Amino acid sequence: MQQYDLEADGLRGLNAALQAQTAGPEQTAWEVLNPRGSHAIAVGLNAPLEVTVRGPAGYYCGGMNQQATVRVQGSAGPGVAENMMSGRVIIEGDASQYAGATGHGGLLVIKGNASSRCGISMKGIDIVVHGNIGHMSAFMAQAGSLVVCGDAGDALGDSIYEARLFVRGSVKSLGTDCVEKEMRPEHLEILAGLLERAESDAKPEEFRRYGSARKLYNFDVDHADEY
Amino acid sequence: MCGIVGLFLKDTSLQPELGSMLTQMLVTMTDRGPDSAGIAIYGAEVPGQSRLTVQSDNAQHDFETLAADLSRALGEPVTQRVNGSHAVLSLSRDKSAAARELIRTLRPDIRVMSDGDVIEIYKETGLPEDVATRLSLARMGGTHGVGHTRMATESAVTTEGAHPFSTGSDQCLVHNGSLSNHNALRRRLTREGIRIESMNDTEVGAGYLTWKMREGATLGEALESSLADLDGFFTFVVGTKDGFGVVRDPIACKPAVMAETEQYVAFGSEYRALVSLPGIETARVWEPEPATVYFWKH
Repeated sequence: MQQYDLEADGLRGLNAALQAQTAGPEQTAWEVLNPRGSHAIAVGLNAPLEVTVRGPAGYYCGGMNQQATVRVQGSAGPGVAENMMSGRVIIEGDASQYAGATGHGGLLVIKGNASSRCGISMKGIDIVVHGNIGHMSAFMAQAGSLVVCGDAGDALGDSIYEARLFVRGSVKSLGTDCVEKEMRPEHLEILAGLLERAESDAKPEEFRRYGSARKLYNFDVDHADEY
Repeated sequence: MCGIVGLFLKDTSLQPELGSMLTQMLVTMTDRGPDSAGIAIYGAEVPGQSRLTVQSDNAQHDFETLAADLSRALGEPVTQRVNGSHAVLSLSRDKSAAARELIRTLRPDIRVMSDGDVIEIYKETGLPEDVATRLSLARMGGTHGVGHTRMATESAVTTEGAHPFSTGSDQCLVHNGSLSNHNALRRRLTREGIRIESMNDTEVGAGYLTWKMREGATLGEALESSLADLDGFFTFVVGTKDGFGVVRDPIACKPAVMAETEQYVAFGSEYRALVSLPGIETARVWEPEPATVYFWKH
């Protein structure tokens, strides 16, 4: 286990050391001490590392992650796991706005609540939130799954493309072109797998599924005069 | 960008530490706002007395005989405490408005930062740490206070453009964001007799709240109606004589995090601003909801 004191040794040194661990890393387990809400902790990783951040992180923690597992023992600021490609980012506390934004792959787990715009423009990432999510979540979501064990805020899935949304609690309102959909066996199977990987004991049967009505994103020639 | 910090003390034993706690919070927000910094601090009340905080770019010259000149013109004693480019004038409460008018003629270059029973506002351009050092902010005590680090967008980098803004007695506002309907609203508020002295958008926001409260609204009601009447992005933290409030616009792009313990309620634009507070590890920490008014009162 490698230890890195962020307060003493600075952010650039941490990210340089972690990013240097590429093919066949020698040091796979890292512990980041004294994060104190610092920005851009453990970003741009591209190796199967296990990074544990001992305390709250600031903006953009775990951004652009590939392969690595980043676990934050605290809360995370805006843009956690932004544009993640693969790997896992796990937040033990709450996450601020636009968690998992534009993510292409991997799994983001938020054990607390996420704020507004969770999963905005997600492109294949899977996001599991144990608590609630804020307004405008999954806005223009293109692919991947967003699982919410609590409640969702206003305008869920506005202008959504092909991402799957699963919500166990209430949805304050659905965004334009987002509708409730039938939960079929294949969805229950996907959901069960995601919940298990996200260390949640919620039952797939308790969730409802939402997705695109597909009325918005295809150009309809009958509407040509409206432009 | 801009950074906001706020601290409302529940535990009176912390009051002598207010300035040092707030300064530490303010300095962590330097990279959100390196242009200017300011704080409003609410101190101890002296019965029957109120205070005017004034600022001058030529402090030595302007402040030298200011208290004596005011005292002579008012026919009442006025005491003065100089702190760098700022001075706090103490005088009987019923002479406060007259003193404010007199300053305009006696020292036309002086800026009045605040007036009220307990509020003092200090603000300058420059790095927050330098501003805090020049004004010895860390040595101040009080019951509650707010601070701001500015990255200017809507008006010039000047003392007048720095936050907090005060448009009413013991009131202040700090703002992260930008208002887009401030010109029309400034004209309307000026017609209503609200004092607005700069071209800054935030001062219009402050003036709006002052106007609403003058018309009988509570601070909570004024903040509630700001959600309908102000167009733009905002996270506001406001101070009044005995309270401290927070509101964010419905889109809530501008960050905010709050912490509460038995000892205090704290606000920061980011968690970094809160890390040095006592007991933060076990505090209740949360992100204030959009379009929701939060308020604490002594």
